[in-house]
Amino acid sequence: MALPIAAAAPRTSLLQTREALRRAMSEEMRRDPTVFLMGEEVAYYDGAYKVSQGMLHEFGPERVIDTPIAENGFSGLAIGAAMAGLRPIVEFMTWNFSLVAFDQIINNAAKIYQMTAGAYHVPIVFRGPNGAAEALGSQHSMAFESIYAHFPGLKVVSVGTPKDAYGLLKSAIRDNDPVMFMESEMLYGMKGEVPDEEFLIPIGKADLKRDGTDCTLVTWNKQIHTCLAAAEQLEKEGISCQVLDLRTIRPLDEQALFDAVCKTHRMVVVQEGYTFAGVGAEIAARVTEACFDQLDAPILRITNKDLNQPYNPTLEKMVLPSVDRVKDAVKLVCSRGKGA
Amino acid sequence: MGDPSPSREQLLEWYRQMYLIRRFEEVAAKAYTQRKIMGFCHLYIGQEAVAVGVSAALRATDVVVGGYRIHGQIMARGVSPRAIMAELFGKDPGVCRGVGGSMHMASQEHAFWGGYGIVGGHIPLAVGAAFKNKYLKDGGASLVYFGDGASNQGAFFEAMALAELWKLPCVFLLENNYYAMGTSIERQSAITDLARRADGVGMKHWQCGGFDVAEVYDNVAKAAEHARSGQGPVLLEVLCYRYRGHSMSDPAKYRKSGELDEKKKHDCLLLCEDHLTPHGVGEADLAKVREAVDAVVQDAYEFADAAAEADPALLYDFVLHGGTS
Ligand SMILES: Cc1ncc(C[n+]2csc(CCOP(=O)(O)OP(=O)(O)O)c2C)c(N)n1
Ligand SMILES: [Mg+2]
Repeated sequence: MALPIAAAAPRTSLLQTREALRRAMSEEMRRDPTVFLMGEEVAYYDGAYKVSQGMLHEFGPERVIDTPIAENGFSGLAIGAAMAGLRPIVEFMTWNFSLVAFDQIINNAAKIYQMTAGAYHVPIVFRGPNGAAEALGSQHSMAFESIYAHFPGLKVVSVGTPKDAYGLLKSAIRDNDPVMFMESEMLYGMKGEVPDEEFLIPIGKADLKRDGTDCTLVTWNKQIHTCLAAAEQLEKEGISCQVLDLRTIRPLDEQALFDAVCKTHRMVVVQEGYTFAGVGAEIAARVTEACFDQLDAPILRITNKDLNQPYNPTLEKMVLPSVDRVKDAVKLVCSRGKGA
Repeated sequence: MGDPSPSREQLLEWYRQMYLIRRFEEVAAKAYTQRKIMGFCHLYIGQEAVAVGVSAALRATDVVVGGYRIHGQIMARGVSPRAIMAELFGKDPGVCRGVGGSMHMASQEHAFWGGYGIVGGHIPLAVGAAFKNKYLKDGGASLVYFGDGASNQGAFFEAMALAELWKLPCVFLLENNYYAMGTSIERQSAITDLARRADGVGMKHWQCGGFDVAEVYDNVAKAAEHARSGQGPVLLEVLCYRYRGHSMSDPAKYRKSGELDEKKKHDCLLLCEDHLTPHGVGEADLAKVREAVDAVVQDAYEFADAAAEADPALLYDFVLHGGTS
C-alpha cells in the first residue's frame, strides 16, 4: 500500500554558498534575458572564487563577460546599461576594489533616480566577497556595509548562509534599485540546506537565527557564526542569547530590532568594519531613540578595532570580532541592571 | 648611460641576484605550503631579469614603487633576504615588522616605496615622487613597476597624462607577462603592444625584452636618462613571463600548450650564462655562486622561522603619525 506523500517536508539540497549564489544568478538569467554577469575572471576562469563556475558554458560570452581590470569603467558602463534597460550583475573580485568605482556607484547609481526626477532608474546588483579573509593585509580586508549604507539611493544586503544568499540574491536581481550585495570569501565553501523549489527572500527583513531570552546579538554575514558559537557557549554558562541576522543593512528592519529589545532588554551588535560611524552605531542610536525605556543596559558594539588590518594572522585576530569578545560584551550587559 | 657590454663582474653579480630571487621564491613557495606564509603570495619566478636590470640602472636614491608581485623587486633594491622572508612569515624583524606581508613591503633606506594591493593604484605615487624631483631640482627620477593588467586602470592613464604634461622624471615600467590572473593579453586589451598606450598623452615609449638582464639594464638606463634630462617620462614595456600561477592558489590552466616551455628556453639565467661563457665563466663557477646563494636563502628561512612574532603593540603605533586617534 502506497503511503500518502502530501505531508512530506519540502525537498532541500545541501549547497555551498557559492553554489547557492550561482543557482540564483543562473535561474534569474534563464528567466530574464536582460540579466547578465560582468566582472574580472567571471567567465573563462569560472570566477576567482568559483561562484560563476560553468555559467560561461551555459550562457555564453555575451552574457557572462570577463572584463579588464577597470572597475571604474565597467561599473559605470553597467550603470549606463541598467539605465538603458538591462539588468547587470557586476562582480567585484572583492569589495575592496569597489573603491576604484566609488564615484560611479555613489554619484551615478545612487543619485540618477533622484536627479532625473524618476525618469531613469538603475536596476543593478554589485556583488562580491566582503570583509577580512585570512591574512590578506591592509588593502584586501575591509568590510563595506557602513560605507555604502551611508548613502540614500542604495540598498545594502550582506548574507551569511547559503539559503539567504540564494533567496536574497534573486530579490536583488529583480529589484529596480541598485543593490550592494555582500558575501564572504570565508563562507563560499560553507554548506547549508536550500529548498529545491524556487523562493525569494525579501530585502529588508531580518531573520532570527537563534532564539533566546537574556540578550540579543544583532549581526550579519560571517559574524552570524561567531555569534552562534558565542551563544552556544553562553547557554552552558546560564545566559540565553538570541541571534538576529539583519541580512539587509539598508533598508534596516527596525521593527525586528525593536521587537528584539522589547523581549531581551539587552543588545550587543557584532559587526565587521570599524567602530567609528559603523552600522552598530546607527543601530544603537535608533534602538535607543525608539526603545530607551526597554533597555536594561547600554547597547554595546563588538566591531573591528579602529585600525588598519595587519598581515600577521595573530595580530589580525586581535583586530576582528571574536567569540571571546562577544561573550565578554554579553556578560557585561547582563551584569547591568540586575538586582543592583 | 647603458653599457652594451657589461663586465664579467657585473654579469656574475646579476647572475647571483637573479638566482637569489629565484631560489628565494622557491623556498617561499615551500613555506607557503607549510602555512608559515599566509594570505597571498605572488611569486616573481621567470621575471627576475627585470628587477635586477632595473635596479642596476637606477641610482640608490631614485624612488621605486611596486605593485604586489614585489619580493624580487625589493630584493633587487638591496633589502636582505632575511628581512623579506621574515616579513612573509609575519615576524618582527620583517622589513615592515610583519604588519605588511607579501604585498606590502617598503624600505625607506632603499627608496622602495612598496608594496600595493590595489592594481594600478600605486602608479600615481611614483609620479608624485618625480614631481618632488622636479620641484627640488635634485636630479632624481622615479620608476614604477606595474603589469599588463594594471595598464587598464584609470589611475594609470591619469598618471601618464600628468607626468607628460609636466615633464616629470618618471619611468613607467610595464611588465607585460601576457596575463592578468587568467586573462590573456588579447582578452583584456584591443592593442597588445601596450607601450602604445602612451601615444594618447604624447609620451615617449618603447618595448624591450625582459629575459636578458643586460637588455633590461640598457633600456631602463636609457629611459631614466631621458626622464632625468627633463624631456619627460617614458613608458617602457618589458616583455616577460611568469612561470608560476598568479598566486599560490592558481593552477594556471589557462596557458596555451607548450607556451611555458617555449618561454623557458629564454630563461634569464640561461641567457646570462651565455653572456658569461666568453668571459671564461663555466658551470663550475656558476655552481659555486648558486651554492652560496642556496645557503643565504636557507639562512633567511631559518632566521624567519625562529624570529619573534610581530609585536601587538604595533597595532596602535601606526594609526597616525601624530599618535593614535
Ligand atoms: C583594483 C583591483 N582589481 C582587481 C584586483 C585583483 N587582482 C590582483 S592582481 C590581478 C591581476 C593583475 O595583472 P597584471 O597587472 O598583469 O600583473 P601580474 O599579476 O601579471 O604581475 C588582479 C585582477 C586588485 N588587486 N585590484
Ligand atoms: Mg600580467
